[in-house]
Amino acid sequence: MRYESVIGLEVHAQLATQTKIFCGCSVSYGAEANSRTCPVCLGLPGALPVLNREAVEHTIRIALAVGCTVQSRSRFLRKNYFYPDLPKGYQISQFQSNEEMPLATGGRIEIPSGSGTKTIRLIRIHMEEDAGKSIHDEAFVAAGESLVDVNRCGVPLIELVSEPDIATPEEASLFMTRLRQLLIYTGVSEGDMEKGHIRIDANVSIRPDGATGLGAKVEIKNMNSIRNCRRALEAEILRQIDTLETGGDVMQETLLYDPDRNRLRTMRGKESSDDYRYFPEPDLVPVVVDPEWTDRIQATVPELPEAKRTRFELAYGLRTDQIDTLIADRKMADYYEAAVSAGAEPATAANWVHGDVLRTLNERKIDVDQLKAAPADLAALLKLIEGGVISASVGRTVFARMAETGDAPEAVVERQGLAQISDSSRIDGLIETVISQHPDAVERYRRGDAKLLGFFMGQIMKATRGQANPGMANRLLREKLAPRPPSS
Amino acid sequence: MAVSGKPLNERPAHELTASILSGRVTSRQLVEAVFRCIRATNPTLNTYVTLNESEAIRKAEEVDARISAGNPVGPLAGIPVALKDLLCTRGLLTTAGSRILENFVPPYDATSVERLRDADAVIVGKLNLDEFAMGSSNENSAYGPARNPHDPARVPGGSSGASAASVAANQTVLALGTDTGGSIRLPASFCGVVGLKPTYGRVSRYGLIAYASSLDQIGPVARNVTDAALLLNVIAGHDPRDSTSVDLPAPDYTAGLDAGVAGRTVGLPTGYFGDGLDEEVRASVFRGVEVLKDAGAEIREIDLPIACHPAYSIAAYYIIATGEASSNLSRYDGVKYGSRTEGDDLIDMYCRTRSAGFGAEVKRRIMLGAYALSAGYYDAYYLKAQRVRTLVKGDFDGAFESCDLLAAPVSPTPAFPIGEKTDDPLQMYLSDIYTVSVNLAGIPAISVPCGLSGEGLPIGLQLLAPAFKEENLLRAAYVVEQELT
Repeated sequence: MRYESVIGLEVHAQLATQTKIFCGCSVSYGAEANSRTCPVCLGLPGALPVLNREAVEHTIRIALAVGCTVQSRSRFLRKNYFYPDLPKGYQISQFQSNEEMPLATGGRIEIPSGSGTKTIRLIRIHMEEDAGKSIHDEAFVAAGESLVDVNRCGVPLIELVSEPDIATPEEASLFMTRLRQLLIYTGVSEGDMEKGHIRIDANVSIRPDGATGLGAKVEIKNMNSIRNCRRALEAEILRQIDTLETGGDVMQETLLYDPDRNRLRTMRGKESSDDYRYFPEPDLVPVVVDPEWTDRIQATVPELPEAKRTRFELAYGLRTDQIDTLIADRKMADYYEAAVSAGAEPATAANWVHGDVLRTLNERKIDVDQLKAAPADLAALLKLIEGGVISASVGRTVFARMAETGDAPEAVVERQGLAQISDSSRIDGLIETVISQHPDAVERYRRGDAKLLGFFMGQIMKATRGQANPGMANRLLREKLAPRPPSS
Repeated sequence: MAVSGKPLNERPAHELTASILSGRVTSRQLVEAVFRCIRATNPTLNTYVTLNESEAIRKAEEVDARISAGNPVGPLAGIPVALKDLLCTRGLLTTAGSRILENFVPPYDATSVERLRDADAVIVGKLNLDEFAMGSSNENSAYGPARNPHDPARVPGGSSGASAASVAANQTVLALGTDTGGSIRLPASFCGVVGLKPTYGRVSRYGLIAYASSLDQIGPVARNVTDAALLLNVIAGHDPRDSTSVDLPAPDYTAGLDAGVAGRTVGLPTGYFGDGLDEEVRASVFRGVEVLKDAGAEIREIDLPIACHPAYSIAAYYIIATGEASSNLSRYDGVKYGSRTEGDDLIDMYCRTRSAGFGAEVKRRIMLGAYALSAGYYDAYYLKAQRVRTLVKGDFDGAFESCDLLAAPVSPTPAFPIGEKTDDPLQMYLSDIYTVSVNLAGIPAISVPCGLSGEGLPIGLQLLAPAFKEENLLRAAYVVEQELT
């Protein structure tokens, strides 16, 4: 029998705020354990939360970017459970029910599908605080103890929940790539998977191809990368198919993904589902969003990737693969456009960004905003090439130098004496020398071995360390080597 | 030297501030008198859980020095204030009346405490209470019951029992209590002092150890209305650290206290004067109402079908309060602070810690609250209670369209003997029958002494006002006070 899978994702993303969601402690990665804490995020008796307005604005910004309805009034609720890394014994979160609305509902994300796109609908985006981290240090585990670091407590998160519109692990991967891109584009999250900025839970079930009902749903929690999400889903779908094919039943359960071992293990079965005793958080007032506030935030939503794609096609006439590179990262697109607005020819600039710029970033493992070669300098470099001051190949050497030092291209050319030799009398002289040193080759060429032109060009370039204007050298060589009428 | 001829610790705060400022009396003399009184009476009354004596003396000396040097001082300069042990005090043990916090020393001050320090008040110590403010008699304390100074065989009321008892016994000049369902007004009534529960949001809850967050409010306890106003002046006002504190300017509550009640309309909710009300209490409360009438107020009977109906208000109160409490008290898990009882594993440690750390009434309320919030029961209990709460509020809104104030008893009886109701939680809960609606509606109310029972036990008159009309409560209470005490 053939099966199809049905997948819904729940994505936690860390908001790019300076401070935590309910207190003034700084959000910083890698700080000393328990150093970013105060009475509020430690859950000390009597301490009260105060909502970080910046976190709300970030959430509204991504909500607008994916077409959610921003609720004019929403509340926070307490999700009650005991865990050592949850100092208050409850997590302040939001919830969707008959009585309660999260900050944003609805919305959609388009993913590539064949030659077109597919719409993945969203259920909601809500805000919540992160919990701390339990540390199972060997020395303490031996004594039956674990440690807790509460630096992460109160780090602002959004949870984005999709409808089960995702059909395959590949679509899940495309959805996550697109969502992450949007989060980074809008500045809502830094989206750094390695720092745990994005964590993915998935609900997955299978059913016979074409069936309408849903199979038993298995939840996979805590996937920390898009690749792992895809791998975990692939493994779980195979497991479910295998279970059905061998006459078993898929049980509703929650699995925990272990990224180190790329394995899933059972966290809990259906019978032990938790009762979180949600109720409205009495320490916070409702979040009221008026249209004026939404409008102000809407004005801060940048041009999104798909709009950028259309514009790049129309304005610059670029190839699809070039556009893909450019819009994958908003900063990359900005770099490109800065170069163009500094006078670079759009197609040439796209080739360069797609080529040497991207290669340099990959080699150096840096972000485009860390690249020392400024976009205006790239434009200047392209002008030098266009004007014949340097050849394209020397240009690449110059760019490598610019990327290293941040120097302007003119300065690099000047300092290293890389300017192209376009002085015809000098090139003439060089050609004479080469011709006189290789009489046999000249003879063979003149008898019709045209391939030898490349040999002579190589000799000229060798003599000029590549700086001879190739067009000029080529033209002059052909003239000098042309078979002469026999001197009669 | 004496102004009113009484020992220093028995004098009103508003007189003492003037005496200290003028140099006729030093804060140190006053604070020493307070501690002498505490040493003499605390073994009987068991009001103080923790004393702050050396720090209090230091602060008194500092204030005295500043005054003699002619430097400016705050509005409560040198005045002893004692704190219900539910308010966090930096560096000073804060137990909430519970074993589970027997070793908890907060690293920070509650906003109200900070404001007292800024006002140059002298913090005397921390006062006994029902554990986590859950009780109506101060018998639910891990540190033993506090006793009523008018009859140590009786309860002082709860949960701010020791706040009222310490003020009544002159063990302090002023005290702060907290009121979630009557916890300031009931003890004020039982101990014959003035206790005011401000509008929800009038006083910051930051640093107040939460019992029921949507109902809790800090308020003043004093021996007279003027002193209560003086203390409210210091603690009232917006606090950005408490999202539920209201950003409205706080007036000077001591201004115009003698403005009277002429032309005011005082409503008498008939439901508060029905069966179950002790005859002596009824007579005293009516005497208080007569005083208002004689002062020119119009008295009008009104009907509050929901707010005055115990089947609604008491039920809604105990569902909401315990629901919130079950969550608020989750943080006492033995992991980060407070006492811990080791166990075989994490869950066992949780169970042992909370079993050993919480008293019976706290456990009862956690269970009640967790049940009311559970999946499948939430709609029938918590959500319905919230709807009742809205109706209670509507009842009061309607009443205040025609009335400036409402008058009511505080409790069905005067102070009852220690142990009388400890085996019957429901009877104990009914002590709050006239007070909980005020908390559900978030409005302010005051208890002011209006007489004594045949056995010499104090009886309080409760006055209720619309939100943020504390000054009207104080002015009416002042009229009653001038006539009846």
